[in-house]
Amino acid sequence: MMTNSTMASSATSKSTSAGMVMLLQMLVHGSKRIIHNPLTAAGLFVVMLLLIVAMFAPWIATHNPLAQELSNSLQPPSSEHWFGTDEFGRDIFSRLVYGSRITLYIITLVTVIVGPIGLAIGTISGYFGGVIDTIFMRITDIFISFPGLVLALAFVAALGPGLEHAVIAIALTSWPPIARLARAETLQLRKADYIVAVQLQGASSTRIIFRHIVPMCLSSVIVRLTMNMAGIILTAAGLGFLGLGAQAPLPEWGAMISTGRSYMLEHWWLVAAPGAAIMLVSLAFNLLGDGLRDLLDPRN
Amino acid sequence: MNMINIEGLNLSFGSGSNESKILHDVNIQVKAGESFGLVGESGSGKTTVLRCLAGQYHHWSGQLSVNGNSLQHKLDKKRCIDMQMVFQDPYGSLHPRHSIETALAEPLKIHKMDNKDQRISSILKKVGLDDSFRYRSPHQLSGGQRQRVAIARALILEPQILLLDEPTSALDVSVQAEILNLLKELKEKEGLTYLMVTHDLGVVTYLCDRVAVMQNGHIVETISSSNLANHGASEPYTKMLLDCCYHTEARLNDTTSFAN
Amino acid sequence: MQNTKLEVKNLQISFSHEGNQVNAVRDVSFSLGQEKLAIVGESGSGKSTVGRSLLKLHPKNATVEAEKLLFGDIDLLKASEKTMRDIRGRRISMIMQDPKYSLNPVMKVGDQIAEAYLAHYKVSKKIAQEKALVMLEKVQIRDPKRVYSLYPHEVSGGMGQRVMIAMMLIPEPEIIIADEPTSALDVSVQRQVLNLLDELINESNIGLIFISHDLDLVRNYCDRVLVMYAGRVVESIKASELENAHHPYTQGLLKAPPRIGDIRHRLPTLERDPSWLYN
Repeated sequence: MMTNSTMASSATSKSTSAGMVMLLQMLVHGSKRIIHNPLTAAGLFVVMLLLIVAMFAPWIATHNPLAQELSNSLQPPSSEHWFGTDEFGRDIFSRLVYGSRITLYIITLVTVIVGPIGLAIGTISGYFGGVIDTIFMRITDIFISFPGLVLALAFVAALGPGLEHAVIAIALTSWPPIARLARAETLQLRKADYIVAVQLQGASSTRIIFRHIVPMCLSSVIVRLTMNMAGIILTAAGLGFLGLGAQAPLPEWGAMISTGRSYMLEHWWLVAAPGAAIMLVSLAFNLLGDGLRDLLDPRN
Repeated sequence: MNMINIEGLNLSFGSGSNESKILHDVNIQVKAGESFGLVGESGSGKTTVLRCLAGQYHHWSGQLSVNGNSLQHKLDKKRCIDMQMVFQDPYGSLHPRHSIETALAEPLKIHKMDNKDQRISSILKKVGLDDSFRYRSPHQLSGGQRQRVAIARALILEPQILLLDEPTSALDVSVQAEILNLLKELKEKEGLTYLMVTHDLGVVTYLCDRVAVMQNGHIVETISSSNLANHGASEPYTKMLLDCCYHTEARLNDTTSFAN
Repeated sequence: MQNTKLEVKNLQISFSHEGNQVNAVRDVSFSLGQEKLAIVGESGSGKSTVGRSLLKLHPKNATVEAEKLLFGDIDLLKASEKTMRDIRGRRISMIMQDPKYSLNPVMKVGDQIAEAYLAHYKVSKKIAQEKALVMLEKVQIRDPKRVYSLYPHEVSGGMGQRVMIAMMLIPEPEIIIADEPTSALDVSVQRQVLNLLDELINESNIGLIFISHDLDLVRNYCDRVLVMYAGRVVESIKASELENAHHPYTQGLLKAPPRIGDIRHRLPTLERDPSWLYN
C-alpha cells in the first residue's frame, strides 16, 4: 500500500522514494523491536527526554539559571526550588535543565568529529591494507596507548580551558576505537563478492569505500558511537570538574559537582542532583547502544 | 581470433621455502562466441584462473589477453567493458543495502553511460524479471531471482565475455535449470563468450562447447564436450571424474579403485 | 515392516515469528527399520527441520506436534530433556554437512572421538582412546596414530567427514541422521565416504535417515525415498522405482539436472502447481 502510493506520487524520483520507503519500513519495524525490550525503551525514553528538555529549556526551567540571589543561597529542595539552590542562590533545577544543552552540545560535536574521522581512517586502512594500513594503525595505536583523560588534560593545558577545547580534546582521544572497529569490518568485507563485483565494474577505490563499504560499517559504528556517548559525558564532566571544560558561570554538570564539592557534607543536593543527571544520561546511552546493537547487527 | 587468450599463466603464493604454486603453465584459448568450461575438484585452481582474468591477483606471470588487448596486472576500465563476472553465491554477490535499481545503475554511473532508466528496464526484461523488481532489495528475492539480477548486472555494460564462477551450484536443481536455460538463451541472442568454472560435468557439457580438466593447478586435458560425452577422454583423471558422475547408472559398490 | 526403530505419524512443526505462525512441516509420516531412508527436497522444503526435530534440536520458537513419535518404546514427544540427552549421540546420532564447522577446532580429532565415547560410557580415558584408534581404523584412515593427534584444520574435507562418522558411530547408535553429509565434498571423495558409511551401517544394523537435495545421489544409495515439497511428503517410493514416480514434482526433480551428453536444448523447468499443497 505504502509503496504503491509513494511510487505513484513521485514518478520522477522513484529510486529516492523507494529508498525512503525501505528506510521507513526499517524504522517502523525497528521501533517495534526497540519497544519490545524494556531496557532499551527506557534508554530511548531518557535520551528523548534529554533532547526535549534541551530544546525547550527556557519553558521548562523555573528560574533564570544564572540569576544570583545571595539571600536565598544553599536552600534545600522545596516547592519553590525543586532541587534546592546553590551557594549563589541559583536554582539547581534550572541549571540542570540548561546544562542539558551543554551536554548535548558536547556529545553532538564530538560525535560529528569522531564518527567521520574514525570511519574514514578505518575503512581506508582496511581496504588498502599494506603500508597504508600499517601507518594508520600505528598512529591509532599511539592515540590508544594514552589514557584518555590525561591526553585531554594535556591538550586543554596547551590550548587553554574552555568548552570547545574540551570537545577537541575528547574527540582526539575517542576516534581510535571507531577506526579499529571500521577497519575490522572492512577487512571482512574486502573479499566479499559484491565488492569484487564492483571492482570489476571499474569503480575507483574512493567510490568503493564510500558507496559500498561505508554503508556496511555504518550500523556497527553507530552502535559504538552511542555507547561512546556515555564515556564522552563522563569525560566532559571530569574535565568540567577539574575546571578545564566549561567555565563559570555556565551550568555544566561536571562543573556544578566541582563547585558543589565544598558544601557537599551539609548540602548534599548540590552534588546529588547533577551527579544523578550524569549517571542517568550515561546509563541511558549505554542501554540504547545495547538495544541498537541487537537491532542493527546484521548477524542477528 | 581468440576472445580470451591465456598463455603460460603461472601463479604462486608465499616466497622462499613456503612458496606454493597454484597455477602451472595454464594455456587456454577461447574463440569469440564459444563457451568454454573449466572443471576440476576443489583446490585444482580453476577459480584462480578466473580471478586472474578478473584482476583479483596482481602477481601472476604469463600472457593474458582479452579481445585482442593484452592485460596489465591492474584492472582498467577497458577490461571491465570487455568482461564481467557472475559469482557462485547469489546471497553474497549483491550488496545487501542496495536496491536492485541502485545495483544496476552503479556500473552505468561509473562508466558515465546515458539512458540509465531504459537500459535498466531492458536488461531486467532480458533476464526475465519485470520492472517491479527495481525497487526491491536483495533480501526480498529468492536465490534464483538474485542470480538473475547478478547476470543483469554483469550484462548491463554490454560486455562480450562473461566469466561464470559456478553460477548454479548454490541453487536448487529446478532453479538451476532456469538459470542454465537463461544463460544458454543469452549466449545465442547476444553472441557472448563464456568462460565457466564448475565441478558439475553435466552442467559443463550442457552449456559449454569445450572443456579443460584441471588438477592441482595443471590443465590435464582439453576436450570438446561431445567428445567427453562419447567417452573420448584419454586422461585417467578425466575418466575418473566422469565415472563419479555416471554413478547414476551403476550401483556404488567399488571403493578400492578410488581410494587415493 | 519388521524391527521398526522409529515411527513418525502426522508430524507437524510450526515456527512462531513475531506473532505469526508459520507451518514448516505438515503431516509427515514414516517409519524407519534397518534400512536407508532418504528425505529429499529443495531448500525450504522442511527436510532438515524434520531431522532436527527427531532429536528435539529444533529452535525454541518451534512447536512440534505429532500423533506418534516413537523411538523403540520411547515417546519422543513426552521425553524429558534428560532422556533426550541419553538418546542424543548415544542411540540416535547426527552427521552434519560440513566437518569444518562441526569439529572443535582446538581439540585433537582423536580426542574428540574418545570424548564422544566417554560421554556415554563409564570407562577410563585409556580405554576410550584405544577405542577411538580402532574406530579411526574402521573408517579407513591409513595411519590412525598420526591422524589421532591432528587438529581439525590439518585434515582434508574427506578425512574430516570420516572423523565425524567415527565420532558418530563410536557410541554404537541405533539410528544415524545424516544431513547432507557429503555435499561439501568433491565427487570422488563423496563416493568413498558414502561407501564407507554404507559398510559400517550394514555391519552394525543401523537405520539411516539421509537428508539430501540430490535425488541422483539418493536413488543409488538409499532403499526408500521420501520426497518433500513445502513441508509435506508428496511422494514416498522405493528408490529403485523412482523412474516410475507419479508425482509431477518428483518427475520434475528427476528431469531438471543436465546430464553428461545431454541433447536437450532447453532444460524442463518445474511448474509448481498450488494443488500439490492440498492432497
